[in-house]
Amino acid sequence: MAIAETTKTAGTANVAAGLREAFYAAVIAFFMFVLLVGVKTDQNIHNELVLVPRPYLLAGLVVLAAVVRFVQVVYLTPFLAAQKVADVKTGLLPTSVALRVFNTRNLVIGVILAGGLLLFGTSLQAAVGPYWGAWLGLLRAAAIIYVIAWGIFYFRSFISAYSYSLGFTVLVLYPIVMVSLFGFQGSLKWVDNFGIQILIYVMLAWGLNIVVGLAGLLDLGYVAFYAVGAYSYALLGTQFGWSFWILLPAAGAMAAMWGIILGFPVLRLRGDYLAIVTLAFGEIIRLVLINWREVTNGAAGISGIPKVSFFGVISFNVSDPNYIAKVFDIATSGAYYKIFLYYLILALCMLTGYVTIRLRRLPVGRAWEALREDEIACRSLGINTTTTKLTAFAIGAMFGGFAGSFFAARQGFVSPESFIFLESAIILAIVVLGGMGSLGGIAVAAAVMVGGTEILREMQFLKMIFGPDFTPELYRMLLFGAAMVIVMVWKPRGFVGSREPTAFLKERKAVSGSFTKEGHG
Amino acid sequence: MQYFIQQLINGLTLGSIYGLIAIGYTMVYGIIGMINFAHGDIFMVGAFTALIVFLILGAMFYSVPVAAALLIMMIISMLLVSLYNWVIEKIAYRPLRGSFRLAPLITAIGMSIVLSNFVQVTQGPRNKPIPPMVSQVYNIYGISVSLKQIIIVVVTALLLVIFWYVVNKTALGRAQRACEQDRKMAALLGINVDRTISITFIIGASLAAVAGTLFLMYYGVVVFSDGFVPGVKAFTAAVLGGIGSIPGAVVGGLAIGFIESIWSAYFSIDYKDVAAFSILAIVLIFMPSGILGRPEVEKV
Repeated sequence: MAIAETTKTAGTANVAAGLREAFYAAVIAFFMFVLLVGVKTDQNIHNELVLVPRPYLLAGLVVLAAVVRFVQVVYLTPFLAAQKVADVKTGLLPTSVALRVFNTRNLVIGVILAGGLLLFGTSLQAAVGPYWGAWLGLLRAAAIIYVIAWGIFYFRSFISAYSYSLGFTVLVLYPIVMVSLFGFQGSLKWVDNFGIQILIYVMLAWGLNIVVGLAGLLDLGYVAFYAVGAYSYALLGTQFGWSFWILLPAAGAMAAMWGIILGFPVLRLRGDYLAIVTLAFGEIIRLVLINWREVTNGAAGISGIPKVSFFGVISFNVSDPNYIAKVFDIATSGAYYKIFLYYLILALCMLTGYVTIRLRRLPVGRAWEALREDEIACRSLGINTTTTKLTAFAIGAMFGGFAGSFFAARQGFVSPESFIFLESAIILAIVVLGGMGSLGGIAVAAAVMVGGTEILREMQFLKMIFGPDFTPELYRMLLFGAAMVIVMVWKPRGFVGSREPTAFLKERKAVSGSFTKEGHG
Repeated sequence: MQYFIQQLINGLTLGSIYGLIAIGYTMVYGIIGMINFAHGDIFMVGAFTALIVFLILGAMFYSVPVAAALLIMMIISMLLVSLYNWVIEKIAYRPLRGSFRLAPLITAIGMSIVLSNFVQVTQGPRNKPIPPMVSQVYNIYGISVSLKQIIIVVVTALLLVIFWYVVNKTALGRAQRACEQDRKMAALLGINVDRTISITFIIGASLAAVAGTLFLMYYGVVVFSDGFVPGVKAFTAAVLGGIGSIPGAVVGGLAIGFIESIWSAYFSIDYKDVAAFSILAIVLIFMPSGILGRPEVEKV
């Protein structure tokens, strides 16, 4: 009785606090958005700026802020706190929440919805008109995602036990599944925009992981090495017509050389200073690429970069005699090249991952991890910190260079626009969000962050809901930045919070995230 | 010689703006030891707020005296931008205090992306030009000094005097310096550390907002991506002057301004940013504590 009463009074006090907080949030949101959202500056025909008031949007945002704050204070915070207690008591950990969502009844509903909409969706959409059709499409997507998530949840122990081989199988089968689902032309988007794009970031993030995650050197200018690799292939490929297979190692070597050149002067720097100097180097390289017009063609960039061939045996240029469609006697399609590129970047990724895993067992890898944990202890144990840091820079840069030359070959065009600081920030964010040092976590982070922002391009149905002026692509980076902040605040150690040590005594024990300090120096 | 003095004056103007932004960086770094990456974008938001206030004033009144308009722009921009920085500190940095070092840097980069894209989404990606607010130019012995430049230097000097007074003579400034030296000890002596840190962010943001307003007045145009390059240069200035040292930030800002204007005048304008970034690298490598900074002692 007494307990029930206290919970009840606590509940009303909670609501009162929630209302108060919601009011504060509304006031703050009003003042934050009153100018920047409340009025829009537009140019009229005389090229003068005029103001267009947007009171409804402003009101909507203010109400949204109040509601979010109210829900957070009244429901979310107590729920999370109670869940923590329940998890500790039952030892179930967060699965207890998931079990409420992923039960059999919901699965049956999900399967029926997904199946029904897949079978009859088109006729239903035609019947209800484009507006409700868009909502139906959304419902179908949600149902399919739910069913897949259910499967993942149900087989979670199996998946976590075989995560690497399963992930590899999925990646190898991905283009085949896409082609069989959507046909060659329809699969292009899925293989190119999602598959290749995500794998490029996985490779870059794994490369940067060597510098940041293993050696603990904070590098904010990683994109510079990506640029060096891309321009090496672009310049040598267009000027001398050399093949990709010669230039790939050359680009890697070039980037590694720049890694050493840039790494040498910054050896004495620690932590944040190192971050800023590497940022400055990244910007210097980009500015040189823009301004050294005689060589790099300035901001206009280099176009007509030759395609990759299958070791010179099979070509992907339609005009060549050994064009793939002629060799195998099949229909001409641009998709073959994309699928080939997909497997190429997959192979490069696997190489990066394999080298990282092997390096961690070599003395140099151990030295990196020791350096990350404590530089002074490292030096007093006789580890040569100069060569240790330089090898980390060089090897990380080399993989950046590989990825860069692949990028140039895939785009057929490079310009300094592709190598802005934002790219470095995205790569670093993926490494940190994935839980530094963990290859699987980084790959998941890359898929979520890059795939998530790419999928916004596909959400054309939002146009149907919010009106034709709504362009979801515009919100890509806004959401990316917000996701960076939210994930970091929610899970400061990234998606994978613990790290397996590579060197251990008798028994392998996972080190809790709170015992490790990364990026220290 | 005249040409050289002319460049010095241009450099002084530019350096004042960098100095104002740099103070925000250096104060935050001094007190919580993080690089507030979003500070450059805070400056940009300040410039945008000033732009919108300017347009509202133009639409509401037939004519407003320039001085009054500038003052109103500055004050509103300071208030709103302080609010922004306060909210950002509360939601993105405070929960991560005491977490590992990279965490607040990542959220700061995230916030920088959020701010610039927020302005892009709400105000559009184009350049926003305004008609010149002040156009008088004085000619003194063949050196032309515009009223704009005088305003910038005078406003900066005034603000610095006020700021110096706040930091050195008031209880708030004492609390701030105490937190900078030892946060735990300051908390034990009854200083509200969280509040002091919030106020530091607010002061930094208001100085950046003034810099934004002056930037808008000087160049007459602003765009959503304007936060990054001035932000990095102001950070360079803070490091050059010795990060954590407030007079150092001003000295560094002026130095960067002089270097940039003299480099563009005598060498190549294309490479002026390269010059600024190279100086950053060179200073950090050979003089990591900057001009006025205290050398960092490594404790084991």
